[in-house]
Amino acid sequence: MVKRLAALDENKCIGCMECMFACSRRVGRGGFDKSAIRVRSAGGIERGFVIVVCRACENPPCAKVCPTEALKERKGGGVILNEDTCIGCGFCAQACIMGAIFWDNERNKPIVCNYCGNCADYCVHDVIGLVELKAGA
Amino acid sequence: MKANDMNRVLYIDLTKKDVRTEERADLFDAYLGGSGVAIKLLDEECPKGADPLSASNPLILAVGPLSALYPSASKTVAMFKSPLTGNLGESHCGGRSAMAIKLAGYGAIVVKGSSDLPVYLAIHGDDIKFKDASSIWGMEAVTVGRVLREVETGSGVRTIIRTGTAGGKMVRYACAVTETYRHFGRLGLGAVMGSKKLKALVISADKSVEIPKDKRKDYKKIYDEIQEVVVKTDAMEKYHDLGTSGKIYDLNKIGGMAYKNLQSARAPEKIAREFSGESIAERYLSRRISCAHCPVGCVHLASLRELYEPGYYFKTTTMPYDNETIYALGFMLGMTKAEDYLRLIDAVDRVGMDAISTGVTLAWATEAYGKGLITKEHTDGLEFTWGDVQVYSKAIDKIVDMPNAFYQNLAQGVEHASSVYGGQDYALAFGGNEMPEYHTGIACYVNNLTGARHSHLDSAGYDLDQKLIGKEFSVEEVVEKLLKEEEWRQILSSLVVCFFARKVYTPGVITKALDALGIENWTEEKLEDLGRVIHRAKMDFKFREGFNLSKLRIPKRIFEVPTPHGFLKEEELRKAIALYKDKIGSG
Repeated sequence: MVKRLAALDENKCIGCMECMFACSRRVGRGGFDKSAIRVRSAGGIERGFVIVVCRACENPPCAKVCPTEALKERKGGGVILNEDTCIGCGFCAQACIMGAIFWDNERNKPIVCNYCGNCADYCVHDVIGLVELKAGA
Repeated sequence: MKANDMNRVLYIDLTKKDVRTEERADLFDAYLGGSGVAIKLLDEECPKGADPLSASNPLILAVGPLSALYPSASKTVAMFKSPLTGNLGESHCGGRSAMAIKLAGYGAIVVKGSSDLPVYLAIHGDDIKFKDASSIWGMEAVTVGRVLREVETGSGVRTIIRTGTAGGKMVRYACAVTETYRHFGRLGLGAVMGSKKLKALVISADKSVEIPKDKRKDYKKIYDEIQEVVVKTDAMEKYHDLGTSGKIYDLNKIGGMAYKNLQSARAPEKIAREFSGESIAERYLSRRISCAHCPVGCVHLASLRELYEPGYYFKTTTMPYDNETIYALGFMLGMTKAEDYLRLIDAVDRVGMDAISTGVTLAWATEAYGKGLITKEHTDGLEFTWGDVQVYSKAIDKIVDMPNAFYQNLAQGVEHASSVYGGQDYALAFGGNEMPEYHTGIACYVNNLTGARHSHLDSAGYDLDQKLIGKEFSVEEVVEKLLKEEEWRQILSSLVVCFFARKVYTPGVITKALDALGIENWTEEKLEDLGRVIHRAKMDFKFREGFNLSKLRIPKRIFEVPTPHGFLKEEELRKAIALYKDKIGSG
């Protein structure tokens, strides 16, 4: 079954940003400028946090606007990026109303979650995790 | 950027509105970062005898090689000359500050000079701007944060370091606030900012550190090792569950908690229960949060819902709480209800003052008022009474507003105020800094007196005292252990890792963690040696500025109330200080 990353319980988030750091570590970077996940305060820290990450939408708007079909719907759900054919136009990021497509300024390419779950391995408060995608859900 | 590129120092001149950066590998190679680099920069930038509230006092922020790259390496070190003690000022703060400074591309930031008009600094990576802060100059810290969040970029990946109204008025123990609930609390960084007409620094991250290709496996390995220990040791339980307030009840039970200006070291059982970590958590805890890149989440927020006006107008206020503020604004002021203590935290946070210094100063004022040394004329009509939240709230505002000479004096701390009005025997400052809660034995006072910052976190004397209960020990042993602890902590605060993770970052772990970043050739011995060197550099700065171990004022009160080890004797404490002086070879 195909999986995606999901915010399981944002109420437990303490805002440590370990998920963001874990995502960039995959490519040997300390920081989060290569990260496909963000933690933001929900309007002041006292209100808690929200997780911004690709939701693997059904019929994804980001893929629909890609002029080169570099960003395509993944079999079973979610999207997959072919960096070689991506021209860096940024339409996908504009189309994502969740703000879940980030930008790699060094390479002028979008950063999209590939649902590997590395970030979830470092979330000790069980805020995020991989869930199975169900068609039509 | 490479890990080795973190050696850039950003120099900002507020007088000339000028900015430059300089590679200071000389400093970072030799002193790591944090405290080690900051004391060297302070030595370079702060002229001997500088007035702490003048343009010549530099404000230095420093992070270290591990900042933003390992769990719980989440603190920034601020170094300056303290307007409270007139000597070394060093304060540590987490929030998102360390991550933001490091990933903006700096190892340290030095702010010099003084602006003619109120400004704030917007530092977005390499893009640095001076911005007019006239509209926010007289604002509370929380409002400043709200305004700057809207007008500046970098949402979620930035720190906003700002002062409240107390900073602008140069209350000597004004603090700097970050991320609404974290503080560079002690020794008056806020007043230094106020004197420079610097309301805030917004610093946002826009870079990442490239881990050397041949080290990536090592980096993951040591990172995972550290993460495992951080989340599995007692740190998580101790600091996340109840937070530091979890130890309040037991500290009081052993008779080591200063109560009502240390007229006693044990509050009545009912009070101890009211203020215990469990009791406050059950009634008021609303959220636990963490600093950036720390999975522990030790920061505890309380929410207080109260009737604002008749007609169902309620307001809910959120404030941070921990053991230090429970002591200073609860126990020291004889509060009887936790909600009143929370109101005082809110009052202190609104104006932006150090909670410990405020509480201790007001506790002295209450005792002095009771003894007739100060009268209603001094207090502008306030009747200082233990537990009176209304009076203390008004007094906090008056310390900032300074309507008369009395409040001008209170705004300079308890050492100064008691030198004017008397009552020095119970003015609980050490080296000019108001004391933390511990009345646990000789070690905590050797710590308070000799520690470079006069902070309980310098050498953790409170911890040693408690470990020694029921054991035979010599003064020599105590002094030796404290000195060793303080020296080692210089390494932690140079890396910079949070002291709450001190058990995780052993010398062996540190050398591996550095190596995995390509910072090679550190050994356990070299680290220990460097700890000593940094500590001596700090002490040398103190001696240069007039600190004298032979002339320390010790308030008599601490000898009049038994500790868990019995009554402390002045001769013994003086002997310990003399031993300390011998050991460091100067002072």
